Amino acid sequence: MSEWLFFLEVTLAGLGSGALLALTALAYVLIYKATRVVNLAVGEMLMLGAYLFFAFAAGWGLSAWIAIPLAIIGGGLVGGIVERGLIRPMLGESAISVFMVTVGLGSVIVGLVELVWGTDPRALPAFIDTSPLFLGEAYVSRKIAVAFVTAAIVIGLFLILFRFWRGGVALRATATDQAAAYSCGINVPGVYSAAWVIGGATAAGAGLLLGAIGGISPVMGVFGLSALVVVIVGGLDSVLGALIGGLALGMIQSWTSTYVGGEYTNVVTFGIMIFALMLRPYGLFGTHEIERL
Amino acid sequence: MSTDAILEIENIELVYNRSVQVLKGLSLTVPRGQVVTLLGSNGAGKSSTLKAVSRLLFLENGDLTAGRIRFDGMDTKGQSPHALVRRGLFHVMEGRRVFEDLTVEENLTAATFATTGRAEKRPNGFDAVYEYFPRLHERRKALAGYLSGGEQQMLAIGRALVADPKLILLDEPSLGLSPQLVEEIFTIIGKISRQTGVSMLLVEQNAAVAFAVAQYGYIMESGRIQLDGPTDRLLADQDVREFYLGTGGDRERSYRDIKHYKRRKRWLS
Repeated sequence: MSEWLFFLEVTLAGLGSGALLALTALAYVLIYKATRVVNLAVGEMLMLGAYLFFAFAAGWGLSAWIAIPLAIIGGGLVGGIVERGLIRPMLGESAISVFMVTVGLGSVIVGLVELVWGTDPRALPAFIDTSPLFLGEAYVSRKIAVAFVTAAIVIGLFLILFRFWRGGVALRATATDQAAAYSCGINVPGVYSAAWVIGGATAAGAGLLLGAIGGISPVMGVFGLSALVVVIVGGLDSVLGALIGGLALGMIQSWTSTYVGGEYTNVVTFGIMIFALMLRPYGLFGTHEIERL
Repeated sequence: MSTDAILEIENIELVYNRSVQVLKGLSLTVPRGQVVTLLGSNGAGKSSTLKAVSRLLFLENGDLTAGRIRFDGMDTKGQSPHALVRRGLFHVMEGRRVFEDLTVEENLTAATFATTGRAEKRPNGFDAVYEYFPRLHERRKALAGYLSGGEQQMLAIGRALVADPKLILLDEPSLGLSPQLVEEIFTIIGKISRQTGVSMLLVEQNAAVAFAVAQYGYIMESGRIQLDGPTDRLLADQDVREFYLGTGGDRERSYRDIKHYKRRKRWLS
């Protein structure tokens, strides 16, 4: 096999996992955009979404096409409950306290999942065809291709929504100035709930795609940390940053693990984060706070 | 109280953090279609009064412990701030508070949420705003954070116009603006009031411009109304002239005039 074809295949695989990173990053961005909360439990919400799908599809024996929407709705519900139960009472507290609440929440979710489903990794019931796909001569795993297309559609949809839909303005207005958003007639608590519900649903969707590719386990939430790198590099409040950052990091990780060695993936990933933070603390595409002097 | 009032505040008491009492039994009325001004020195509780009306004070740990506020014949107790805005009560907050990361146009779009759920809507979009403030039209694609202070104030008032309210609470529109801009803004405020018939409660430190657009004035001091009356009568009041307008202080006076001195001290502190 020629060197170039191999490189192309590695790159395509990277784009696939990059799309999942981007989708997960979108969950961070949605929640941060509206509520200015960095939700560290996104990874665990993703994992819970995958387990919900597992429960519906394998436990109850539902068909995948019913179990998928149920798992996504379940993820949204979890997001909504977390917002009402944990985040809204913390309104007005310092950012670091809210941050710590989400860290705790992540651990609680891991614990609950281990209690219910045990700690062993499991395989999700297959809902994507396993026959390989060829792009020209290059081999692509069909699962990864499906994940890529789904993630691309969802993120594209959000990009269009934020550009043309009034709700996007409400979201950004609420994030910029809560009191002023209220004074414009924006239902601020409603915006908060909506952001968490949609963020939770997105995370669950990413979770079941990820689970379909690599199987599920209570520690798969670690994937969320890579996505956190994406949003920090791309800008915490930028959907476009999540997309580009996700794809880029996916490719870089894929190249690193193939050509340098799997043990270097994390070194490179978090090295990128540190460099990005030093060069552009607000991310490549994030909003630079406007200071008037 | 007259039934033709858009806003009636009766004896409200306002406490922050359950410990600091800011308003101590304040009452005032805004008649429908009129501009009423509320004057007072720093810390008198003017902004707190407006926040009590728009119910934004709960964001700052404020609590109404007594009294009643009626807007358009309805008790505002228990209403959420955005619900009040949608009923036609628009608060233009102190310090302009435009959304800095949003463009001028997006700022105005944000204000369209105020007309959610209303039966009849004005279809014209933002034309009315751009007619009053042509400069906003020029800069409609610019980020609000990069506007000048005057333009930001125009945008803040423009948002109120988009919301098409029955009552506008205006908190110190002159803050931090050059005298020329202050005059420009107040000319437009007067024009809006005459042309749209919207009622306004205007909080100001600059009494001269406030009296120019208002029909009635209240003067408050440490949480209470000290003096009120039609603006032409307040304008004739010797103390008001001296302490707020900086004129008429030429009469002979001795410092034994303790009452006068105390009043002056309170007002100027």
